[in-house]
This record gives sequence, C-alpha cells and structure tokens, in this order.
Amino acid sequence: MSAASLVAELVAAFRAEGRIVIVGASLAGLRAAEALRERGFRGKLTVIGDEPHEPYDRPPLSKQVLEGWVHPDHTRLPRRRAVNADWRLGVAATGLDRVNRQVLLANGDKVDYDRLLIATGVRARPWINPREAALEGVFTVRTCDDATRLQAALHAGPRRVLIIGSGFIGSEMASVCCKLGLPVTVTERADGPLVGALGGVIGDIAARMQRDAGVDLRTGVAVEALEADDGGHVRQARLSDGATLDVDVVVASLGSIRNVEWLEGAGLASGFWGVGCDAGCRAFDINGVVTDNIFVAGDIARAPHVLYEYQFISMEHWDNAVSGAQVAANNMINLETERCPHLPLPMFWSAQFGVNIKGVGVCSFGDEIVFTQGSPCERRFAAAYGRQGRIVGAVTFDHGKWLDYYSALIERSAPFPPPPPGYDQPAGATPIPARFPDPRVPTEIPTVVLTGHDPTTRGAEFRRRS
Amino acid sequence: MTVETAWAEAMTYDNRADPYPFFAELRKTPVVQVADNLYVVTGYRELLALAHDPRISSDVRRSPLAAHLAGDAEPPAGVEDLQAHGGRQPSIIVSDPPNHDRARRQVMRHFGPPHSPDLIPSMEPGIVGLCNKLLDDIKARESTRFDVVDDYAYPVPVTMICKILGVPRADEPTFHVWIRDLLTGLDLGPDAATDEGRARAAKGRAAGAALRHYLAELIEQYRHQPGDGLLSDLVNDTEGPDGPMSPQEAVSNAQLLLVAGHDSTVNTISNCVMTLLRNPGSFELLRQRPELIPRAIEEVQRLQSAVQFFPSRSATDDIEIADTVIPKGAAVHLMYSAANRDPTRFANPDQYDPERPDNEHVGWGSGIHTCIGGPLARLEVNLTLETFLRRVQSPRLVDDPPPYRRSHIFRGPLHLMIDVDHITD
Repeated sequence: MSAASLVAELVAAFRAEGRIVIVGASLAGLRAAEALRERGFRGKLTVIGDEPHEPYDRPPLSKQVLEGWVHPDHTRLPRRRAVNADWRLGVAATGLDRVNRQVLLANGDKVDYDRLLIATGVRARPWINPREAALEGVFTVRTCDDATRLQAALHAGPRRVLIIGSGFIGSEMASVCCKLGLPVTVTERADGPLVGALGGVIGDIAARMQRDAGVDLRTGVAVEALEADDGGHVRQARLSDGATLDVDVVVASLGSIRNVEWLEGAGLASGFWGVGCDAGCRAFDINGVVTDNIFVAGDIARAPHVLYEYQFISMEHWDNAVSGAQVAANNMINLETERCPHLPLPMFWSAQFGVNIKGVGVCSFGDEIVFTQGSPCERRFAAAYGRQGRIVGAVTFDHGKWLDYYSALIERSAPFPPPPPGYDQPAGATPIPARFPDPRVPTEIPTVVLTGHDPTTRGAEFRRRS
Repeated sequence: MTVETAWAEAMTYDNRADPYPFFAELRKTPVVQVADNLYVVTGYRELLALAHDPRISSDVRRSPLAAHLAGDAEPPAGVEDLQAHGGRQPSIIVSDPPNHDRARRQVMRHFGPPHSPDLIPSMEPGIVGLCNKLLDDIKARESTRFDVVDDYAYPVPVTMICKILGVPRADEPTFHVWIRDLLTGLDLGPDAATDEGRARAAKGRAAGAALRHYLAELIEQYRHQPGDGLLSDLVNDTEGPDGPMSPQEAVSNAQLLLVAGHDSTVNTISNCVMTLLRNPGSFELLRQRPELIPRAIEEVQRLQSAVQFFPSRSATDDIEIADTVIPKGAAVHLMYSAANRDPTRFANPDQYDPERPDNEHVGWGSGIHTCIGGPLARLEVNLTLETFLRRVQSPRLVDDPPPYRRSHIFRGPLHLMIDVDHITD
C-alpha cells in the first residue's frame, strides 16, 4: 500500500470512528462542533462546558441586555446545523491527562479523546480585593448570569454606578448607564478610555464622547477601596486622588483571565497569556514542541501571526473565535497536506454613545496614527495605524463601510500613510504618535522570574507586580 | 472580439435580453479600458475592492463621462440629469462624503432604523392587500393571460413609494410617463448616436425637467404646509443633527427614490417571476418551501441584477488593480451584473440555484452607496412573490425572452406576458 493511500485510510477511519472532545461550550466550541460535522466527522463528539446554558452570544450582554430590551435568555447562539454531540453542560473540566488521553471533569468523570479541542476562553478579571469583590452590588460581566444580575441592579435605580476600567466593555456599560439615565462614574488608570487597544489619540476622542454624554470620567485615577454598609452592600468607593464616591453599583471591567488552570500539570505551553499553538491551531507543549492531537481555538488560543512579526497574539474577538474554530475543526480531521493555517485579520466592533466603532488589524502594534477620512471632531472618521512605514491596523467611528479597504491594505502590508482619499479628507491628515501606553511602565500583569540558586532548584515562577 | 466591441455589444439594445456573453468576454480582463477615459470592472473581487476604495468618487460632476460619451456639447439626457448644475444639488447616489453621508443620514432618519424602525415593516399589510387586489382584478377579467409587469409588478412599489414619500398617487399617470421617457433617454451605448437615440435623449431631458418641476412644487408646498411622508419630514426636520434638507437637494433625492421605486423594484419582481418560470420545478419548489423565497430572490438579484451598474463613478487618483492602472480622472463602471456571474467567485454562475450557499452577490451594491431602499424592496418582492406563488396556478411564459426596457442601467422586462390556468382566491 502506498503512503498516500495509507494516509487516506487513516483519515477515513478517524472520521468514521474517532473520538473528539471539545472543552468549552461557547462560540468557538459550538462553531467547531458544527464545522467538524460539516466537514465529514461522524465519530463520537463530546462538548464540555462549565455553564449550565447552551452556547450563547456575548456581545449583547454589555449592550442590549443591560439596556433591558433583550432578555438574557434570548442570546442563545443560532445553530447552523445539527451537531449530534454529547453535551456535558454545567460541569467544568478540571484536568487533562495527556498520557491516557482523558479530560477529567469536576464530577469525577473521565472523558476519553483521540483529539481534543481547547476552547475554554476567558473569564472576567474580578475586582482585586476578594473581600470587596464579594460585596452586594459589585459585579463583573462575562456570562449571561452576570448580565442578568447587573441588569436587575441597574434597573433598580441605583444612586450612582461606578465602572472601574474603560476598555471596550467598561465604555459600553457606561454608555448603557447614560441611556438608562443613571449617574455614572468611570475610573481609568490610563489617560483615557480605550487607550490600551486604540492609543491615546483615539482615547482623547473617546473621553470627550463620554463626558459629552454625561459620564463622570476620571482618568489617571485608581480605586483604592470599596466600602459597604452594615448589610454588606457596597455604598462608597475611595479613589487614589483622595475623593470618595457614593455608589450602589460597582462594575469591575478590568479585562480578562484565561481559563487555563485546568491544564496545570498537563505539560502544555499554557499560562497567563493563553495556550500557545501554531498557526494550524495545534497546541505547543511546555517545551515549545507542537502536539498532534490537541488543538486550541477562540480567546484562549495564542498563535504566531505572520503579519505581526510572528508575535504570539491572542485575540478576544468574535470573528477570531469563529474562524479559529473552523480551521481547528478542519485540521483535527485531516493530516498534513489538507491542513490549513489560521491567518485571521483581526476584526472587532463596539457600540457606545451612539457611535459604531469598528476596527481591523492589531492597532496597538502600530506606533503612529493618521486620520484618513471624515472628521475626528464630529466623531465620524477612519484612521490608520502604522509601524515602520507600513499599515498594521485601522479604526473607524461611524465609517464602518470603508473597513474592507483598510483590511485589504493591511493584508498586503501597504505603505503607511495610505494614499489619501479623493474627498472628505480630514484637516491635518499627517501621521502623529498614536500614544499607546509606554511598554516600559509596569502594569498589573504578572511577570515571570527564575528562582533558585543551583541548577537543580532553578524554576520559573509568575509573580504579581505590586 | 475586442473589448471595445464587447462593451458596445453589451450596451446595445439588441442584446438587452442577454448581455451576459459580452460581460463574460469582458471579464477575461477583470478591470479593462473600453474607451478613452472609461474603465469597466467585471471581476467580483476587483469590484468589491473599488466599491470600498475612497479614491473612487461617485460625484458625477467629477466624471468625464458626459462630455466624453456624447462627443459634443450636448451630453445624453440622463447623464445631464444626474448632474448638478443650474442650481441643482446632487442626490445621495451621485455625491461623495461628507455631503453624501450627511444627506443619507437625513433621509434614513425618516426611512429606517434606528429613528424610524417601524416604517418599512408597517407597509406589510398594505402590500399584501394590494397584491391580492391586483390578482382579484385580473381574475375578474376572466382572462387567462396577463402582463406581470403592468398588471402586477408595477403598481405595488409605485403605490408604496408614493405613500412613503407623500407624492399623491393620483398624479402617477403623469409622472409615470416622465420617468419612462427620462430613463429611455438615458443611453450611454452605441444606440445613443442614432437619430432615434438623439430624439429619445431630447424627450428624456424634457421629461426630467418636468419631473423636477413637479417635485419642486410639491416640496415647496410641504415647506409651507407640512404633511405626511418623507418629503415633508425631510424639509421640515428640525430635530436631527443635520437639520432640514435644502429644497433643491430634496428634489434630487425625491427624484432618485421615486425612480428607484418605480423601476428597480418593478424589474426585480418581474425578474423573479421570469426566472422561476424559466427554470422548471423552481416555481413548485418555492410553493412547497416558501421559507426559500428570500434566498430565491437574492439568487435572482445575482443573476439578473436590476441595477446593472451606475455610471457616475470616476477615479480621483491613479489606482493600480488587477494588473491595470486606472488613471486619475477616468470614469469607472462597477458592473454589478457581470461581477455577480464571476466564475471565480460563484460556481456555475449562469445557473439559477435558489439554495445556493454563500450567495454574497453585489446586486444591491456594496460600500457606502449600498441600496438605501433595499430593505423596502426586499419586503415588497417577498410579499408580491409569496402572494403570486400562492394564488397563480400553472403560470407559463408567453414570450421568452420578453421585450425589454431600453435602459441598460435599470434592466428589466418591458412586459412579461404569462398564461395561467386560473387564479385562486
């Protein structure tokens, strides 16, 4: 038998009788399950999720659900086809035994796999002080249960809402509060909202947007403590500038934590940044060697990106979860020559303060920005990000229909600044520093250190920065 | 065949029923120069790229087209009509940002979400009622032959756009003739150079002037005495961020919307009926599975794009695409009808497949000029087709191909005679 026909037979046998386990029952997990069936996998498929709910969509949770016009139960993701899977919902995966190829579950069950897809995503980073985070009225928003509770709290008419952190989610929630007519304060340690993702130039515009809408935005300020009444309900916040606020609802929007704990000890390249994988979604082991049977998709995946100097990038973008799931599914049921790379052009969107924000590429990879179309003053514009003379990202405010143009430029590493449009050119369309946070400034992110003195005690350790 | 010949043949009235072989010929070079200062884009991906390229202008005042194609001081009627001179303001389809964006916002406030989310859905009972009444009338005539265009497809969108705009339906017979003459006179192909072509153009110019005069009076009236409908809302809007639209601009946009409601949707409905009857089994398929109707309509729009192209665009800079450089200042036709049959994008592109997966055609345009009336048109076509499928028994085409309207921009049957067994209640 020739090698080619042997491979074909192996693939056919696996598709007919293999066992695939997907850990993570959200967008990436569901779409991967569908893609597996779509592409001819007929074997046993198990989907494990720690939430009791069927896969649901998250973007509405920080917008329509909080506003109250979409019920949290109505965000279930549409099923694109029957997946005929064994759904193990409401039970978390707690461990991975790679030697015996088993996923260990919280209820003691062990699920056998031939191939595994890790799609456990991220969770909300809670407020740093656990005692304060547990107070009544202190929230994070990641799950539909979170959104249900926060929606109730907002609609109960709090005196003031405090939102800690002004990334996309925090800003969207501040926008919702304004719409609901609730007094809202946003604290942000950086110079402005969205600065991490889009830089200070856009941050200034976002800050004006918030203030114009009536948000009490306080930048360069941290929350030092949350204080409760006798009933254990949060009533006051103390800020680093000495101010105190009377608040009934506090939402921590401090980014996310990757759900990697269950992989501890499994010997994979997993940690703070996610699970490292190649562009074919195959997980790396702890030594940086690619595995053959373990795949990664969605928010937790961290892969080198050709457009961005092969840096390992993880993307918490809706599109990335879908396309990653499809590529992972394809590669799980094929061998070498039929495998394809996951080379997404990152895309993201946000809706806040009546403005539709859309972006493409990795804007924070750039160091310069140029307004290319429209009017920044009117908050209707397109802007491109550049690094070393090439375009690496773009963002639009109420100009989303132009995004395809910028996508094409980014895909072919076109020169920066891009050629000027034939009309509607902003005044002063010259590149300026994009003002991303200085990478030399320490952040909350833990750092890795080597400890021990002699070779036998040397080891790596994550340490939280103070 | 040279590209110049292929282009001329595609634009000739004699080939109106089937210009597609000539588009296929042109598509061998997805972006190609067909005349001095004129480039046509027939490749799907190239068209999408240019539809989103801010170096392509839609402002007809920048296009060399009128002067170039007419070859003399007198531009063809329709093109002149699209232009803005003599105090005229361009409509949204022939203008660029920021004016385009502002005007589109002003119109959308009264036409769709988020400010007027109920307007289009609220038309549904009226559309269904009208469809049924039209079939009742045909049935009452006790004839088994009727014209799908005049007897059924035409009255629905016209009645609805009149209602939405606030144009008296009673005036329809008058402006119907104007719009017909206006579009008949709008010819950028070789037929324009004949004596008949020049006569049609002259008639079209007069009709365009009459239509504008009529709309200007109506709008002036609404300015002094606000009434129901988009035109009145448009010129009296003091709530929106952009204020009221100027009367001159409102006239241009009223003309655009009235023509689109008059023509494009009529053609789309007729194209749907024609395509279903041309393809054995598809009428029955949709009858049994009405949930396929929306997809079937999109597939018809892909195959028989009601707007084949719109001749206002030009390049504001040298643009390199598909091994061609479109020079600054050249006119650029984005041929939706040709791109929709690009075999590198759609498998078996000439075949009708109502269940076609991944049918992301450009029949409604793409980019900032994406059809503003698309949601209304989709509702109208859905309901007219659904009613037709339910009530019309065993329809057969009498002539195939049917006689076509003259326009190569808004392409569709002039008449579509069908024989039926009977019309049920």
